[in-house]
Amino acid sequence: MNAVVDILISASFWAAVIRIASPLILATMGELICERAGVLNLGIEGIMVIGAFAGWMAVYQGLPLWGGVAVAMAAGMLFGLLHSTLTVPFGLSQHVVGLGVTLLATSSASFAYRLMLPEVTSPPKIAPFQPLHVPGLSDLPWLGEALSQTALTWAAFAMAGLVAFMLYRTPLGLAVRAVGENPAAVEAQGLSVTGLRMGAVIAGSGLMAVGGAFLTLSAFSSFFFEMVNGRGWICIALVVFGAWRPGKAVLGAILFAAFDALQIRLQQTPLGAALPYQLFLALPFILSILALILMSRRAEVPAALMVPYNKGER
Amino acid sequence: MSEGKGAEVVLRLDRITKRFGALTANDAVSLTLRRGEVVALLGENGAGKTTLMNILFGHYVADEGSVEAFGQPLPPGNPRAALQAGVGMVHQHFTLAGNLTVLENIRLGTEGLWSRGHGGARAKVERLSRDFGLAVHPDAKVGRLSVGERQRVEILKALYRDARILILDEPTAVLTPQESEALFATLRKATALGLSVIFISHKLHEVMAIADRCVVLRHGRVVGEVDTHATDKGALAALMVGGELSLPRAEARAPGAVLMKLDSVSTPDRGAAPGLKKVTLDLRAGQITGLAGVSGNGQAALAEIIGGLALPAEGTILLKNAPVTGWSPGEALARGVARIPEDRHHQGSIADFDLTENAVLEAYRSRFSRRGWMNWRAAREFAETIIAGYDVRCPGPETRIRLLSGGNMQKLILGRAMAGGPETGGPEIILANQPVRGLDVGAIAYVQSQLIAARDRGSSVLLISEDLDEIMGLSDVIHVMSQGRLSPGFARGTMTAAELGLWMAGQKFGDRDAA
Amino acid sequence: MRLEAIANPSAVRRLGLPALALVLTMGVAMALALVAGANPLAVLGQIATGALGSKLAILETLNRATPLIFTGLAVAVAFRAKLWNIGAEAQLYAGAIVAVVLGTGALGSPLVLPVSAAVAMLAGALLLLGPVLLKTRLGVDEVVTTLLLNFIMLLFVSYLLEGPMKDPGGMGWPKSTPLIPEARLPRIVEGLRLHWGFALAILAAVVVWVIQTRTTLGFEIRAVGQNPEAARFAGMPVNAVLVKTALLSGGLAALAGWSEVAGLKGHLSSDLSPGFGYTGIIVAMLALLHPLGVILTAIFVAGIFVGSDAMSRAAGVPTYIADMLMATALLFMVLAILLTRVRVVRG
Repeated sequence: MNAVVDILISASFWAAVIRIASPLILATMGELICERAGVLNLGIEGIMVIGAFAGWMAVYQGLPLWGGVAVAMAAGMLFGLLHSTLTVPFGLSQHVVGLGVTLLATSSASFAYRLMLPEVTSPPKIAPFQPLHVPGLSDLPWLGEALSQTALTWAAFAMAGLVAFMLYRTPLGLAVRAVGENPAAVEAQGLSVTGLRMGAVIAGSGLMAVGGAFLTLSAFSSFFFEMVNGRGWICIALVVFGAWRPGKAVLGAILFAAFDALQIRLQQTPLGAALPYQLFLALPFILSILALILMSRRAEVPAALMVPYNKGER
Repeated sequence: MSEGKGAEVVLRLDRITKRFGALTANDAVSLTLRRGEVVALLGENGAGKTTLMNILFGHYVADEGSVEAFGQPLPPGNPRAALQAGVGMVHQHFTLAGNLTVLENIRLGTEGLWSRGHGGARAKVERLSRDFGLAVHPDAKVGRLSVGERQRVEILKALYRDARILILDEPTAVLTPQESEALFATLRKATALGLSVIFISHKLHEVMAIADRCVVLRHGRVVGEVDTHATDKGALAALMVGGELSLPRAEARAPGAVLMKLDSVSTPDRGAAPGLKKVTLDLRAGQITGLAGVSGNGQAALAEIIGGLALPAEGTILLKNAPVTGWSPGEALARGVARIPEDRHHQGSIADFDLTENAVLEAYRSRFSRRGWMNWRAAREFAETIIAGYDVRCPGPETRIRLLSGGNMQKLILGRAMAGGPETGGPEIILANQPVRGLDVGAIAYVQSQLIAARDRGSSVLLISEDLDEIMGLSDVIHVMSQGRLSPGFARGTMTAAELGLWMAGQKFGDRDAA
Repeated sequence: MRLEAIANPSAVRRLGLPALALVLTMGVAMALALVAGANPLAVLGQIATGALGSKLAILETLNRATPLIFTGLAVAVAFRAKLWNIGAEAQLYAGAIVAVVLGTGALGSPLVLPVSAAVAMLAGALLLLGPVLLKTRLGVDEVVTTLLLNFIMLLFVSYLLEGPMKDPGGMGWPKSTPLIPEARLPRIVEGLRLHWGFALAILAAVVVWVIQTRTTLGFEIRAVGQNPEAARFAGMPVNAVLVKTALLSGGLAALAGWSEVAGLKGHLSSDLSPGFGYTGIIVAMLALLHPLGVILTAIFVAGIFVGSDAMSRAAGVPTYIADMLMATALLFMVLAILLTRVRVVRG
């Protein structure tokens, strides 16, 4: 028990929590925007993969780090365009299309990787984002270490604030919340249901891809095939856990990251060594299922989520 | 309230034609609206009223003809154009988002999407709601409002956009007679302030009460345009249906034994929809029991209880004096309860199934299979019997049901229901929930005559309808539902529409349920 | 734009559009070949010969198709009821684990094969039961739960292979102890490398087809999938139908893993399935969820994978081209199927 307390009060633990939460926050915000507009985006897992790959490859090819972020976002938006074209005006099954987009994006990343690096056995490293020195803040005891984070982490948290501001304080956010609840209400005001939903999916997919790029540009400095490893699906659970609200979703991501960071550290304790490490690795997925069960009764699902809108139908 | 013939023309629809495949929904329809005037657009379901309004609002593009508002032509196919020209519409199915507040719903679409939005919205809404007598709290979540309140939000939405022309599509369908009066008062205030109104309806007495002028549509054509004070209900009705109305009327009969009894049944409220409040109801053999009421007052909950889809939270259901056990849709069917559902598209049929599959949907286990194996030959023969016996117009039993018209779909559902019951001696209890909604006159007469025939064979029919004329024409005994409470039964001919209206508004229910 | 239903689609439309989807997929294949600097026509040819060019190639394709028929059927059965079982991968491993548990000496001939097949199906069925009960009881979306279970299952397999099931003679490779000969599925024809799992897969497809078209359960599955509200109104036990569908679907997916272990590999390893569970979704969608169609599309998809392996060795185009083509085919096909029923109109 003391071991756990020691972990929980250490600054390095909280630094890890914030780092682990960052890509989850970015991708969760992306999924949240899509779902608030009424589209479930199961392309998230693949879009994170393509974001991780594209950002890393762009930097490897000589672009600056922020250039890599931009390339990742563009790649994600491209797959968002594909997803939303099929699910919004054509109203195809969001389940099937989402999985198709995940398969296509994942295999595109693998194909492009092998094409561009046919010979390599271990992927080359890039120079990733370094922790930002914030004057004043970084010199504080404990807090300075916990908040020793890269610019992309700061951007992730800023992005969550921006998404919340957009949703609740701007006419655009009002329209996005309305189109996920009752598209006919939006149509009746002369706004384009198709435009809003496609825009939301494309923008959301861009954020998911940046979440993926965080892994290669800020966390690991290199690209591996299995590196996203279900994080996308976990983000879908986080959106439900956060009841489709940005603030709660961020808290969910932090809570989740705390468990993840804790399990990594617990593995190194005597207790952890006695248990199979696979149990610790499975913990995030088990937690996600538990979160879904916990929230099942009270979640306020957008009423038109997964319901395609065809204005000819009455 | 009218400023007379001389007032300026604010809206002009000129020879609008719209075709859907072989169907001509609007055939050279012209209509003018003047300042301060209420024009009723009258017509049956399917006469082309909704299509015309969809063209005005740019949801459809007309094949021919043009639209002019305040002297300026409206570009076709642009939903914003009509709004910007000052035309506001209150749809029959409200276009509100339940997760947003009243104020948010009103502001939606009025500010540039990429702008910061602007202040002053709240003050304007409060002023409008005072001026027009539309009381509603700006910060209330729309999902929690009553139907009448939601309609007020819709009207406020149009007024907030500075609409000078208000179009109301069947606005009273969801209101009590008393709430309708309040709406009419609002409309009179509006016209006095120089607004103009198009009032879409098929209820003649309302049209007579509120409209200055009346345009009658039939089969997509304008068949008459008359001043309301120069005509009467009979003449309008004749114009509307193109002949004398000859809907069946049931003659009184002596009631038989109680087949089904609900004893003090209650169900929980569901959101804004009230549950049942200690409802006691006898359904007797050889009797049509009419259930009147504004939609959303607990009729759905009652229909679910009788049809087996829900169980009472309190109270009991008795069939022939014995409490039911294991109540479910299957059990209800087995015990002789036939159901004609309110929503034939979503509850009554499976769109991509053919007529055979839809015909055996309720009885595939008991009559068209053995030990889990389907007997498709018998199923097909059964479908053919219904098609022949109930005059279902279709290419054959392998037609997918979504290709059928509403009337033919309803006839198949009716045939399926009438063939059910224990050992197929026919159903003992028939739950007919809005059985003629959306049907044409011929199909209405057919369905209603079948219900009367079933009663004459000794079945007990529960007819749920929002149409008071239908209830009063067919029922041997009438109950009224309001806020989940059930009125006593009134024998045929003992109550006027106005008296029933007071029950519908809940004013006649005593204090006994107030707590 | 707006979609308008077509009352009676013509045969040209119903068959031509899906065919066009496959042609377009071929176009994508050629474009990818060009990107990779290879001759597009040669690449297509090499994929075809790699899949069907020799007896050995054909047998390899049929062997690869076997698990895909099972997972394709599992998905087709579930999707027909609009039960989104994305967990065929996990159910496959459940079947594979049972094949090892019962096939390494716990049971002897002649019981071992039928019993382990039955228990494998049961294991797969139970694995899907959890998500389905969460769906019917609590409204938890089964897509996410079945997806998450895939990851948990793979970690469980990894644990088994490094712990209780570890092959002492495995030279450090994470694989299970091998099956006893009595627990192995024999070859259909002596000397040809094709095991009875393939025949069993065909049989399973026929059985599923009979269930869907001739039985009350099949009628119920279709009704629940098309309109659960109407099915419930008509007195169908909707939740019970979903549970039965899940048991059938999970059982079929488990047979994929069981037959891979008992028929092909003879042991369990954590790379037993290169995503057969996910590819089953593509197989099922390409077959328009028709059980007999699944046989054909499974062989087609298997051929693309086998052919791409061969082509990749010869032409240097990355073998991942096969995954890209399958995802492309899936997206083209769902769009083509939609357009057989609706047309796009203006306004």
